[in-house]
Amino acid sequence: MAEISIRNVAKRFGDFTALHSIDLTVEDQEFMVLLGASGCGKTTLLRIIAGLETPSQGEVWIGGRRVDHLPPRQRGIAMVFQNYAIFPHLTVFENIAFGLRMQKLPQAEIDRRVTRTAELMHIGQLLKRYSGQLSGGQRQRVAVARALAMEPDVILMDEPLSNLDALLRLEMRAELKGVLAESKTTTIYVTHDQVEAMSLADRIAVMNQGRIVQAAEPIEVYRNPAARFVGSFIGNPPMNFLPARKADNGSWQVAGVRFDGPQAEREEIAFAIRPEDLHPAEDGLPAKVRVVEPLGPHVLATCEVEGHLFRAVLDSDIRLRRGDTVKLAPMPQRIRWFDPESEESLQPHR
Amino acid sequence: MTTATATAAATAADIRRPARLLFAATIVLLCAWVLAPIYLLTVNALSSPDQVNAFPKSFVPGFEMGSITFFLQFGGVLRALFNSILVAGITMVLAIGLGAPAGYALSRFEFRGKGTFRIMVLMTRAFPLPLLALPLAVMFIRTGLDDTAIGLAIVHTTLALPFAVLITFSLFSGIPVELEEAAWTLGCTRLQAFYKVVLPLVLPGIAASAVFAFVISWNEVFAAAVLTIENRTLTAFLLQNLDVSPLHLKFAGGAVLVVPALIFIFAVRKYLFAMWGIANR
Repeated sequence: MAEISIRNVAKRFGDFTALHSIDLTVEDQEFMVLLGASGCGKTTLLRIIAGLETPSQGEVWIGGRRVDHLPPRQRGIAMVFQNYAIFPHLTVFENIAFGLRMQKLPQAEIDRRVTRTAELMHIGQLLKRYSGQLSGGQRQRVAVARALAMEPDVILMDEPLSNLDALLRLEMRAELKGVLAESKTTTIYVTHDQVEAMSLADRIAVMNQGRIVQAAEPIEVYRNPAARFVGSFIGNPPMNFLPARKADNGSWQVAGVRFDGPQAEREEIAFAIRPEDLHPAEDGLPAKVRVVEPLGPHVLATCEVEGHLFRAVLDSDIRLRRGDTVKLAPMPQRIRWFDPESEESLQPHR
Repeated sequence: MTTATATAAATAADIRRPARLLFAATIVLLCAWVLAPIYLLTVNALSSPDQVNAFPKSFVPGFEMGSITFFLQFGGVLRALFNSILVAGITMVLAIGLGAPAGYALSRFEFRGKGTFRIMVLMTRAFPLPLLALPLAVMFIRTGLDDTAIGLAIVHTTLALPFAVLITFSLFSGIPVELEEAAWTLGCTRLQAFYKVVLPLVLPGIAASAVFAFVISWNEVFAAAVLTIENRTLTAFLLQNLDVSPLHLKFAGGAVLVVPALIFIFAVRKYLFAMWGIANR
């Protein structure tokens, strides 16, 4: 059992605050992804959990034990590094066995565990090689095998796939998910790749400027962003935002069209809709087409609505030309609203 | 059009040719500068006394070991040789023992005055030893360190330390810190991670910088001549005695002094480049 609990953790480097008071709980055997742009503090948070960085304040608990004063080796974790960190002077076998030898396990047990994890990661035939004789993908497999062989309560992964080429990344992603689900460990996985995050995570914690903006299931993060940042960061293309002015009896005026919206003591709020939740209709928002990109199954139209950038993913049967004005209607249940100042969602979460 | 291009190309080649010639000539000159004395030294050391004193000189050694053998049997030479090795050995141990931790700290930790420290390490070499000789001799006599191997080794260590620090700094910087971090997460303490991961990877380089410290001590004559009387090192001994020796013995002594240093430096040359941040080739 290894529930991870981060309580009020902050990290300051001199004047720069990398993390502001983080609170996060990761359930036992959960796959949690920390997602954010570079410099948002996600790697710092992971390193604090690993014990490679000391928090300026706050507590880290793993499996009901406070660990923030303990060195990495006493935390019951294993870590996979972005650049693999395979020991170049040891064979693949000795790399995987390294942690087991430190635990002084009997040789038979070491052989058994190394063989098993190597088979699991499909590197059984490489055990006698050195890291210089391996490809990037193979090194990645060794790094994961080395972590798995420890049979840790918690596996921490710092952008493990970012140094692989696109095709290999896709393959390793699916494989990792399968292997980690089977190993029944709690996983925290850092990435800046939203597709990776969506496909792997049980829950995603979206981070921005040293804060966790939203921690929820992938589909929830996608459908109901807790803040404008989440909507604009996740999704390709990201969410569209338009200003909405207050009209009478609780409705809001967006580009000349009225929508029912939330109660808010403001004159103007932000209206948001995902590009794929639009369809052409007579009562839609008037959009002037700037660029049309046919992508096979659908067509991506980059438009302008009252001078604001507005993208729509439409059925490829629709004939569009640059300069056309189309009326695009949003699906009413997919419309989201954001406060313009706090940037938080105005829609009550379901 | 074509002719114009051809002419231009020809002109460029004409300019390039003398430049290349100059470059090649410089290289030949520099090599000759170093190799000619070594060659003459070797030839004469391996020739009989008659050949050495004869004229015109022979450029082929007579392969007579007479001079060398006589030199080695000369009273005090073996003792001086032993002293040299002892002092150089102690220097080597001290320079690496003190220099490697400093190099590690420079490469792994951020601390106040790090840049200044690196400059200061180099600046110690800018201070001329002769200026220090008198106060040093007085101090050594007072503390009883004069005429001892350990005393001389301490002086040699201060000479070798800057190089030891800079070479090991460059070696440790070449080891990604993630390797150590990975070792920590796999159950190592800081010390274990150093012994199990970092040390095996830098060992060849450490050995090289140790050899370099050895050679610095081996070659040093000024401090050795000033600070020792009975326990002379080979350099100091030769300085004292060869002045009044016949020519062939001077050559033999020179060869015994130069050849080991040359072999050592040749063996560790690629790590000396690493000191200045030039990639190992």
